[in-house]
Amino acid sequence: MATSFSATKLLQPLPPLNSSARSTDKNTLMSNQFKDSSFFLGSTHKLSLKKPFLPPHSQRRSKPVFAVSEVVKDKKLKNDSSLSNLLITKEEGLELYEDMVLGRAFEDMCAQMYYRGKMFGFVHLYNGQEAVSTGFIKLLKKEDSVVSTYRDHVHALSKGVPARQVMSELFGKTTGCCRGQGGSMHMFSKEHNVLGGFAFIGEGIPVATGAAFTSKYKREVLKEADCDHVTMAFFGDGTCNNGQFFECLNMAALWKLPIIFVVENNLWAIGMSHLRATSDPEIWKKGPAFGMPGVHVDGMDVLKVREVAKEAVARARRGDGPTLVECETYRFRGHSLADPDELRDPAEKNHYAARDPISALKKYMFENNLVNEAELKAIDKRIDELVEDAVEFADESPHPVRSQLLENVFADPRGFGIGPDGRYRCEDPKFTEGTAHV
Amino acid sequence: MSGIIGRTMTSRKISALNQFLMGSRVFASRTYSSSAKEMTVRDALNSALDEEMSADPKVFVMGEEVGEYQGAYKITKGLLDKYGPERVLDTPITEAGFAGIGVGAAYHGLKPIIEFMTFNFSMQAIDHIINSAAKSNYMSAGQISVPIVFRGPNGAAAGVGAQHSQCYAAWFGSCPGLKVLAPYSSEDARGLLKAAIRDPDPVVFLENELLYGESFPISAEALDSSFCLPIGKAKIEREGKDVTITAFSKMVGYALQAAEILAKEGISAEVINLRSIRPLDRPAINASVRKTNRLVTVEEGFPQHGVGAEICASVVEESFEYLDAPVERITGADVPMPYAANLERMAVPQVEDIVRAAKRACYRSST
Repeated sequence: MATSFSATKLLQPLPPLNSSARSTDKNTLMSNQFKDSSFFLGSTHKLSLKKPFLPPHSQRRSKPVFAVSEVVKDKKLKNDSSLSNLLITKEEGLELYEDMVLGRAFEDMCAQMYYRGKMFGFVHLYNGQEAVSTGFIKLLKKEDSVVSTYRDHVHALSKGVPARQVMSELFGKTTGCCRGQGGSMHMFSKEHNVLGGFAFIGEGIPVATGAAFTSKYKREVLKEADCDHVTMAFFGDGTCNNGQFFECLNMAALWKLPIIFVVENNLWAIGMSHLRATSDPEIWKKGPAFGMPGVHVDGMDVLKVREVAKEAVARARRGDGPTLVECETYRFRGHSLADPDELRDPAEKNHYAARDPISALKKYMFENNLVNEAELKAIDKRIDELVEDAVEFADESPHPVRSQLLENVFADPRGFGIGPDGRYRCEDPKFTEGTAHV
Repeated sequence: MSGIIGRTMTSRKISALNQFLMGSRVFASRTYSSSAKEMTVRDALNSALDEEMSADPKVFVMGEEVGEYQGAYKITKGLLDKYGPERVLDTPITEAGFAGIGVGAAYHGLKPIIEFMTFNFSMQAIDHIINSAAKSNYMSAGQISVPIVFRGPNGAAAGVGAQHSQCYAAWFGSCPGLKVLAPYSSEDARGLLKAAIRDPDPVVFLENELLYGESFPISAEALDSSFCLPIGKAKIEREGKDVTITAFSKMVGYALQAAEILAKEGISAEVINLRSIRPLDRPAINASVRKTNRLVTVEEGFPQHGVGAEICASVVEESFEYLDAPVERITGADVPMPYAANLERMAVPQVEDIVRAAKRACYRSST
């Protein structure tokens, strides 16, 4: 099995698959598409003047470029479907399934609660993209960091932040993971190393790169030899045209930082198609341009995502530097709950709805006799209860008290701002003390 | 406060300091030990960086040309040799990128010092200063603090035109979650930079290119490696009883020159070196105004919503009944900085502007 990515290897097309576990999937899209260089279209059909929706041949992928880790290749080339050659064990499968179902159920509940006025502002839901969050984040240790965007609820959940805390945050309650001070787009959890949702395009990437820089600094300067923490930066296709993306690809590769840049290419900004926004829409190709592997993976298939992620994480942990992974995925809802979502073609939506990552995993597990219906039903039920419980918890939790308004502006324990007595806190003689008398 | 001492100028950047050379060079002195040592602001900053890096391995410097080139203004001179390229990082020309990387590193407990070659370039990274650094502690309800220093030269330089010549004190000073410091003397530079690096919160540290080469007397106390100044406290540079003049950074020197001229005309001016723009030392300002009953604010920045405007508001709110004259605000002209030397001189406050305004406030002016 290959131990490292190399750009040249990655440029090889994946050989056609015959009878890997996944190819028994009778999804017609799947079987044809391995013959082609690509099986994702984005909105190409819209640009090609109202032709009927024809999945396989894509204008999006102009060359036979397809990059997947050697691991996937090796495993997929094996023809037998005995348990030992499956991509996951039963336990892993159940964990992945549970996490994806949690993400889906949580977000569906968010939509309900938003329309009921329980949460407010911008709420961006993750439906459809679960395979990416689950496939990547479930491989991480607690000490590893995740930096997200405004579409961050599910990343936080995958990283282990309790659903109660995330829901409460969305309700603006003190029991939220940020006591109601962050909100939908700004999920932080120091305990779980969720270093924030960032509300601006590209903003999270340098911060994530800085987190990765810390791992290297701890190892090399602070001599914490065992510090092998990695950081994952999640962002979308639209971000890949932003300067901070390029700035950080450069520095991460230059300094060999332990970071994985995960592009969740859901093909659309809000109403701007990726193809209308990007001169070369194959984002993964920008990795090799900076001297790091670029990998393109089916972001609707959690098992493929996971295999690619495994190798990228291993590479980062070994100290071999960053990886750029483009996950081609799709959001099943509008950009945010305020988006009427009128520009995306229903045929395109149907195409991707048929590739629902949760159904796909289910199918894989059934076909390989990893689980039975009852086991999955039990998970579904448990998650439903968990999400219900989160809502009840959030609903019953107290709103922040008035005095909380001025808390946490500074880490400085003496605080700053206007105190309860109406005086500026910096007037406190002990506000900040130096050694000098002035 | 002891008397005034005259001093001569020892600057490596004489040409850049033309406007500084006019008038008598006078500085207020504190009670320094008998043989007052002198130190340039550049050396003060450099020694502060050196000492803090030596004291805490979590402290590192990152920026453009800070390593092998020894800093565009040589503030980081010698640090690369001493601490190596892992702690003195030459970055590509990517302000947004490396400012954000600094924030991310601070999230995990490192103490980055981000050098902007000038604060004008911080505009490319202002998102990370305002949105990432200043707000994270609040948004995360205190879970994620950001002990970072953004430093570099700020304010009007000489002959470099509109994009390289402006003061950002009011910009950053208006943002909750930031601490904003502006040193004037070598003592300020050492004491405040060391305080900034030790501080658990994001600090914007506004230096001044034209002060780097200036020498100031410095006390043994200020040379001690444990020395640091309180954040949020102003310094009375010169005591007086007739009019209060507030200033920060280079303008403190101008205010002191103006006070000297005013003294010859029988006006006793009190000069306050703000040192800290945010938190602003409102008690010190108001106490002074209650004593002198008159106020002149001086800054290089633009007038609207400036530091002077905030000081006026504070005095009007807290000491309105003590004022015997309208507050005088001296600021940079409300235009982008012109290139032509004569226009540029008119666009930034001059000593005579301060003298004129102080006399007006004391009803001693014919204009």
